[in-house]
Amino acid sequence: MTATTMPAAPAGHQSLNLRGQTLRTPVLGAIAVGAVALTALLYLVTSIHSRIQFVLIVLLLFSIGQTVASVLVEGARRARDRLVTTLVYGSFLLALIPLVAVLVAVIERGAKRLDMDFLTHSMRGIGARDAGGGIYHAIIGTLEQVGLASLMAVPFGLLVAVYLVEYGTGRISRVISFFVDVLTGLPSIIAGLFVLGFWILALGQPFTGFAGSLALTILMVPVVVRSAEEMLKLVPDELREASYALGVARWRTILKIVVPTALPGIVTGVMLAVARVAGETAPLLLTVFGDNSINMNPFDGEQSALPLYIYSQAGQPQQVAIDRAWAAALTLIIIIMLLNLIARFVASRAKVK
Amino acid sequence: MTTEPDSPADAGTRGTGSQTTPAATEPSVPAQPTAEKPDEVSTDVTPGEAVSEAVSESEAVSETAAASDSTASSDRTAASVSAAVRESVPVSETKGDLTPREISPEPGAKPKIGLADTLFKNLTRTAGIGLLVLIGLIALFLVLRAWDALSANEGNFFTTETWGANDTPPVFGVAALLFGTLLSAVIALAIAIPVAVGIALFITIYAPRRMASALGYVVDLLAAVPSVIYGLWGLLVLAPHFNGTQMWLNDYFGWIPLFDVGEGSVGRSVFLASVVLAIMVLPIIAALSREVFLQVPITHREAALALGATRWEMIRTAVIPYGKPGVISASMLGLGRAMGETIAVALVLPSTFNISWNILKPAGNTIAANVANGFGEANDIGRGALIASGLVLFVVTMVVNMIARAVIARRREFSGRAA
Repeated sequence: MTATTMPAAPAGHQSLNLRGQTLRTPVLGAIAVGAVALTALLYLVTSIHSRIQFVLIVLLLFSIGQTVASVLVEGARRARDRLVTTLVYGSFLLALIPLVAVLVAVIERGAKRLDMDFLTHSMRGIGARDAGGGIYHAIIGTLEQVGLASLMAVPFGLLVAVYLVEYGTGRISRVISFFVDVLTGLPSIIAGLFVLGFWILALGQPFTGFAGSLALTILMVPVVVRSAEEMLKLVPDELREASYALGVARWRTILKIVVPTALPGIVTGVMLAVARVAGETAPLLLTVFGDNSINMNPFDGEQSALPLYIYSQAGQPQQVAIDRAWAAALTLIIIIMLLNLIARFVASRAKVK
Repeated sequence: MTTEPDSPADAGTRGTGSQTTPAATEPSVPAQPTAEKPDEVSTDVTPGEAVSEAVSESEAVSETAAASDSTASSDRTAASVSAAVRESVPVSETKGDLTPREISPEPGAKPKIGLADTLFKNLTRTAGIGLLVLIGLIALFLVLRAWDALSANEGNFFTTETWGANDTPPVFGVAALLFGTLLSAVIALAIAIPVAVGIALFITIYAPRRMASALGYVVDLLAAVPSVIYGLWGLLVLAPHFNGTQMWLNDYFGWIPLFDVGEGSVGRSVFLASVVLAIMVLPIIAALSREVFLQVPITHREAALALGATRWEMIRTAVIPYGKPGVISASMLGLGRAMGETIAVALVLPSTFNISWNILKPAGNTIAANVANGFGEANDIGRGALIASGLVLFVVTMVVNMIARAVIARRREFSGRAA
């Protein structure tokens, strides 16, 4: 397949040509065609129907055919090299399959229900079997919860990052740095369970949007710390020294020189973190609980959220509910992809120099 | 700021600045006061104080290390400044018009640090320590809330396979859940690691240089898709399509106990969940492996090629040995992620509570998925029981993550940011 273009590598034909002979492109093409034909034959004879399998089987047959031909013509070393090349290209293609499949499925099935009516109505009074309904309440909930979480996580994470980069030299900063890494791997459901046990069960607070944003904060902090730390480290020491030389106090140097210089990178990191927590479902399930009505106040009463909405609708057997889930999924994916794109854009426009 | 006025006297008499007193007492310090002016109010460090700071710096470094915000910046800054200072010293000394600025301090004068500086430093440090406290609190409250349920439990928490936490008396155990968690995560890794390493190799070595970062971004997009959408896709799109593959595995590889479904049929199985999990951890492992492979010294790679190695031999002899620890720890981070993944698994798997090696059967459950599924109808003990199972998951993932990070941390220049 793609490997057919490989012999034109920078090294050229000659240097890799270990036995004085090379497999020519037409031969490889013939092998590829043969692999496709054989797979098609298999499809007619046996009970395989999946397109993904088709690709996999073609890939497998092509690798085998190519290896055999290469061993015969070029020798075992070159054959192994070719095999690995095919596998490496194949693995990349393989990774694209789910990405494309997920995006196509979400867009195709989500576009059916996604319209203004869907975006501007809540699920109040609409049962699982009824058509109609919308995600207005869920969008409000997601925006408020993620916004609150960012308000808490960003300053906190920035302070930790400043400590680690500007002040931390001792043992304690190494410990903190290590646990930031460990916290990055904290399962999201654990954050939810913690807020449930601490905020809701121990302190007797009700299920609110704010409880959800507490859980999201826990998930967001390590991501913010990591990215901000990377960016602060990139700020050249000369800038700090120049500021000190002018007699500027250290804290002002950090706030006026170091952080502003690193700001574009930090913004990028924050937006990626926001994008990550915006799709979190598990912690919200345990803290926000989900509600069908519009609740603008995140500090009082249950709210909904987009991921939560998708989860609850996907669990219903009715087709209308599943359609709603797909449409909500499309909305969520659009929001997250937009955040990602903006973050990349900010990053590429203003790099730390 | 004090490193600069420190300079002229510093060359000969390091640490004993008072020797240059006569010249220094002259008020000919043009640079410093002007520089101080803009923020006199906020920094409350007057020139005299700043100088006395500088003088006593060398004596008091150890005591004031915690509070010496203005005297010593981070180690490397201080080092590079003093290096620069030393170079410039001969020039300034011969000129003569630059008077040494060190003023004789009061005997025993303590350096005075700006209040704002101290406050700011302590603020950032509090935030850092707050993070540690947070982790401690998480562990503490999981234990506290789990305790009641665990003491009410009539079964053995670690060996019981059923989950009757809401019954009276409550009988529940984490055995089947933990088994399902580990099994699905390990299968997911078995699928994801080879592909992820292939992707990392493709991006770092095979792909054209100009395309590499764009391709990396495409793989990162996989990570941007929320888990609930993977769950939705796994449940409604992949599951129906996947039955054919599962039947085929059962038909031809049924003699392996793993792929045997016996009398039953295939369906929403652990294998399906593992495939979804594999897709989800793929970008993490790929991104980290890519970062390690990028750090392989280009000279190693070129040396291998110059010795006549094919590209694969170059990878085997130069890239893989160098990147192995990174790939291992990336895989462990992926393992942690796969074990903690909740919603996708909760949507895909039917909740059953038994230990079964038949990964094609529609059965299985994981700790995280059980919390998500069981939370709605849980009573007090039930919630405690779910938290107890969460505690197990917490401990297991923490251990896995810590090992992974410890392996990574051996390589200093590795940032681990991609995770």
